[in-house]
Amino acid sequence: MPDSTVVGLHHEEQHHPELLHHFAEPQQQRDAASLGMWIFLATEVMFFGGLFCAYLIYRRLYFGDFGAASSSIKAGLGAANTAVLICSSLTVVLAIWGAQIGRRTLMIGSLVLTMLFGLTFLGIKGVEYKEKFDEHHVPGASFSFDHVPIPGHPDQYANPRHAQIFFSLYFIMTGLHALHMIIGLGIFAWLLFMAWKGRFTPEYYTPLDVGGLYWHFVDIVWIYLFPLLYLIDRHP
Amino acid sequence: MSMATTTVQPVERENYLNKEYGVGSWLLTTDHKRIALLYLISITFFFFIGGFFALLIRLELLTPASDLVQPDTYNKLFTMHGQVMVFFFLIPSIPAVLGNFLVPLMIGAKDLAFPRVNLLSWYLYIIGGVMMLHCMLTGGVDTGWTFYTPFSTAFSNTKVIEAGLAIFVAGFSSILTGLNFVVTIHRMRAPGMTWSRLPLFIWAHYATSIIQILGTPVIAITLVLVVAERALHLGIFDPKLGGDPLLFQHLFWFYSHPAVYIMILPSMGVVTEIIACFARKRIFGYSFIALSSIAIAVFGFLVWAHHMFVAGISVYAALVFSLLSYAVAVPSAVKVFNWTATLYKGSIHYDAPMLYAFGFIGLFTMGGLTGLFLAALGIDVHVTDTYFVIAHFHYIMVGGALMGYLGGMHFWWPKISGKLYPEGWARLAALIVFIGFNLTFFPQFVLGYLGMPRRYADYSHMPEFQVLNVLSTAGATVLGVGYLLPMLYFLWSMRYGKPAPDNPWNAAGLEWMTSSPPTTFNFEKEPIVTWEAYNYDELDRAHKEEVKVAG
Repeated sequence: MPDSTVVGLHHEEQHHPELLHHFAEPQQQRDAASLGMWIFLATEVMFFGGLFCAYLIYRRLYFGDFGAASSSIKAGLGAANTAVLICSSLTVVLAIWGAQIGRRTLMIGSLVLTMLFGLTFLGIKGVEYKEKFDEHHVPGASFSFDHVPIPGHPDQYANPRHAQIFFSLYFIMTGLHALHMIIGLGIFAWLLFMAWKGRFTPEYYTPLDVGGLYWHFVDIVWIYLFPLLYLIDRHP
Repeated sequence: MSMATTTVQPVERENYLNKEYGVGSWLLTTDHKRIALLYLISITFFFFIGGFFALLIRLELLTPASDLVQPDTYNKLFTMHGQVMVFFFLIPSIPAVLGNFLVPLMIGAKDLAFPRVNLLSWYLYIIGGVMMLHCMLTGGVDTGWTFYTPFSTAFSNTKVIEAGLAIFVAGFSSILTGLNFVVTIHRMRAPGMTWSRLPLFIWAHYATSIIQILGTPVIAITLVLVVAERALHLGIFDPKLGGDPLLFQHLFWFYSHPAVYIMILPSMGVVTEIIACFARKRIFGYSFIALSSIAIAVFGFLVWAHHMFVAGISVYAALVFSLLSYAVAVPSAVKVFNWTATLYKGSIHYDAPMLYAFGFIGLFTMGGLTGLFLAALGIDVHVTDTYFVIAHFHYIMVGGALMGYLGGMHFWWPKISGKLYPEGWARLAALIVFIGFNLTFFPQFVLGYLGMPRRYADYSHMPEFQVLNVLSTAGATVLGVGYLLPMLYFLWSMRYGKPAPDNPWNAAGLEWMTSSPPTTFNFEKEPIVTWEAYNYDELDRAHKEEVKVAG
């Protein structure tokens, strides 16, 4: 191969301070970060996908029992949490917008609000868990779900063992979702710290963008969990 | 081809190995080449642990009675042999060692897209590995590598939770490696390195990464469910509590079948590089080989239930899965035919990497064809859970994946270490591996077809199986020697080997256009690619002209 085909590219021009050594230009670094997060979210879809698959199979097998178990959860708190999370997604977008137009107060205020919404969600989730614990609906030795009628069939009781499968899935799915919220809060605490130190500018706000993608994903998981776990057999 | 030294190496050129010294410079490195070496050391360690279990298994089967170990211990031996070899050796082998080293070099990048994530993935592997070691040292696990429920969740009294969590953690290492590769291949290619100019090694790793990204999370969540069920008696997979054990098998094989392609696809990539180089020819059917990698990755996700033909799935489902399993044979055969066509009228050189590549083609073809026997519903019922299955998947995983790994290690060792390995010993080792492998596993096809079941320590009611078992154990001993040899002479060559020129094989590919070993950022100047991969005609023409001028 003639040597003339290998020509050096010289990057003598000024580097952005956030540009890592192995990237040629900021655009390449941004694209890589965002593609990386999208792929990570694909793995998350498959991770939760296994649980949704298990849920669908048992919902079909134990249709009435799942309805009865689902109806024992108070939908009000779940609905409140849905609203809280949707608001938090809005504040994430506002934080990114604040970085894009260089308004520091908007960015930092929105990040703080996002974290407050996240903490509110976890607080409400804790109240719900406490209720289930008091009602002995937590799977395990003390689990009891006796004499609960199946919605629409007042003469039939739900099978406690099948209801326990519902609650197993409920706790694993919402528990893993809550774990993702906690990790999200950690990420946002770090983003807030970076924003506070003035690291984000209209030219460089990739971490906000990528962290935001993660936060929206965790929200979307909840948007699917809420109807499947709370609303499948509600009657006025 | 002889390893003619065309350039004289200055002794102390700065490279990624001698740039910094000290434990810290290795454990905190973000250089993909150093991380590849960290992986090389760790997977070699686990390979010998898994091999030790295999040795004990083969020794036990030397005689029909279960006299070396108790049956309970035997259950643990084959379980831990499988788990260590699959999750801690084969899955990371080529991607994490050769892939890590070569993907940035081959596409002309300075590093992977996320160097720190790359280091994190090695630490996750090590954490998972230490958990696995702890599990093995404190009693081990006996469920079979498949963790089948309800045995694993309700009956086994061994360390299922520990093993499950160890594999869970190691799984994230695999996911992060795949993620890094996909982003790197998409975003970090050098100017002019278009998709159709990529080496086929890169295409193979791209397909592998897709499986790692989409498959591994499913086994992760499955193991979470097994651990939760075992710890809290939930009843998701336990039929006594209303659960469905078949669901476990579906979820498990949804990953664990494609996992076989995580092992074999990178190996196919290695073999493609080797064959083109040692046949001195442009690869035949570039785009067919590239796309067949993707096709294998896609079809691979649609065949998992062929592991469950006798588990009680519906006959219609079995029919469809049988048909789809046959479909995977098409892209696999496309590759074999293309390699053969590349060899046709090539000027073939029988160096050690090429011997491994030849071994790969033969053994993979046998493993693949017997896979078709197993995909056929009628035959599968006859040979399910016999040594026929064991022989089949060892032909793929050891005869295929491991031959490719060894071939690749020899091919790129001059680049990795900057030293030449002793070619004569290497050819001898390749021959020993091939003979030992066939002696070990071919008798198992016969054993299985005659009805010897897998996972039994004791076959004293069928003493006529002893002859074939003795052959197999003898073969395993030969195979063990064949695996020890490369380790010894690679280590020897690091100190006493001749310095390697930059391109000892006169091979195509960007990785050969930089120094051996490369500098930390791989290239002195960012390369600009204006040629297709495997331009051996051009390379050899240039070489001939050089000789003419010199003469």
